[in-house]
Amino acid sequence: MRSLLSALARVALVASASLAAQSMAGQPVIEPARSGPCVEDAPTMRRQHMEYLKHQRDATVHGGVRGAKYSLKSCVACHASQQTNSVTAAPTNFCVSCHSYAAVKIDCFECHANQPAP
Amino acid sequence: MKPNTPATSSEPTPPWRDRRGFMAAGAAAMTGLLISPGVRLIVFALAASTPAASGANPKVRWGLLVDTNACAPGCDACVRACRTENGLPQNPGPTDAQWIRKIEIRELRTGKTQSLPVMCQHCAEPPCVDVCPTGASFKRVDGIVLVDKHICIGCRYCVMACPYKARSFVHEPLSGQKPDVPRGQGTVEGCTLCVHRVDRGESPACVQACAAQAQGAMVFGDLNDPQSEISLRLERYATRALREDLQLNTGVRYAGL
Repeated sequence: MRSLLSALARVALVASASLAAQSMAGQPVIEPARSGPCVEDAPTMRRQHMEYLKHQRDATVHGGVRGAKYSLKSCVACHASQQTNSVTAAPTNFCVSCHSYAAVKIDCFECHANQPAP
Repeated sequence: MKPNTPATSSEPTPPWRDRRGFMAAGAAAMTGLLISPGVRLIVFALAASTPAASGANPKVRWGLLVDTNACAPGCDACVRACRTENGLPQNPGPTDAQWIRKIEIRELRTGKTQSLPVMCQHCAEPPCVDVCPTGASFKRVDGIVLVDKHICIGCRYCVMACPYKARSFVHEPLSGQKPDVPRGQGTVEGCTLCVHRVDRGESPACVQACAAQAQGAMVFGDLNDPQSEISLRLERYATRALREDLQLNTGVRYAGL
C-alpha cells in the first residue's frame, strides 16, 4: 500500500514538473554575465535600467562625465554573450532576448557598439 | 602703479562665509528636518550614485593650432588616424561621412601652394548650434561643439549652416561602431575633437598621428591657460582663423596662411 502511494506521489511530482516546464517555455533566456554582481539588484535593473541609461547619457554627452555607474559601455562589456561576443547578435543574447519577449524595440545598438571593446 | 589689493580678496571665500553657500546649507538642513527619514535615505542614495564632478571643465577652452608650413602636401596621417580612431571607413564612398579632410590651396599670382587639414573649427559662436531646431547641436562648456545624436532628427540644417563644410549626414545603416564613438544612420556628425580621448586627458588622434609622423604641425591645448603651449604659440606667431569675416571665434587656428 505504502509503495503504491509513493509511486502515485512520484507520478504527481513528474506531472507538476512538466507543467511548470510548459509555462516556462516562453520565458526569455538570460545568459550569465561575465563577471561580478550588477550595479543594482536584478529586479531594480529590470524595471529601471532605461531610466538610469537615459539620465547618464545626458551627463556623458553634454557634461563629459565618463565611466560613471550606469554606462552602456560597461553593460555591454559585462553582458556580451560568450558565444557571439555581442548583446544583440543572436536571439538569445542578453538585450535581445528580454526585449523580444517584452515586444519593446531598442534603438540603442543602431548607433552604439553591441560588442565590448577588443 | 597698481593699487595693492587686500590679500583677503584674492583668497577663496570659505563655504560657510559665502552667503549663498550659507543659505544652501540652511536650506539643506531645513529639508532634512522636514522630510521623513526614508525619503532622506533615497536622496542620499541618489547623491551617492551620481558621478563625481569630473567631466568637462568650464574654465578650459580646447583649441587646435595648425602650422601650415609644417603640414606636408600629400601627407594624410591625420585623416587616416581620425578614421581609425572614430570607426569611419578607411576608403570612404561618396555618401560616407567625412570628419576631417586635407585641402591644397594655391595663391594664383605667385603659385605658392599650401596644404592644410580642415575639420570642425569648434567656434565660440557656432552657426550649427544657432540653427539646430532640437538642441542636438550644442557646445560643451569646454568649447567642443558636438551633436547629441539622441535628439538629432537628421534635418541637416547644421550641415547647411556650417561655413566649413564640417558636418556630414549618415545615410546608410552602420555596424561595427567603436564603443567610445556611437554613430548611426539618420543623424549628423562631425569632428568631436576626439572628445572621448580629451575626457581621458589625451590629445586628439589627428594631433597624435601628426606628431608621430614628425610633422608636429598640430598643437592641441587649452586656449584659456596663458601658459599652455598653444597659448604661447598663439601669442608669439601670427595665426588666422578660416573665414575670419564671419567672426565666429574658432577654436581651430592656422599659422602660416
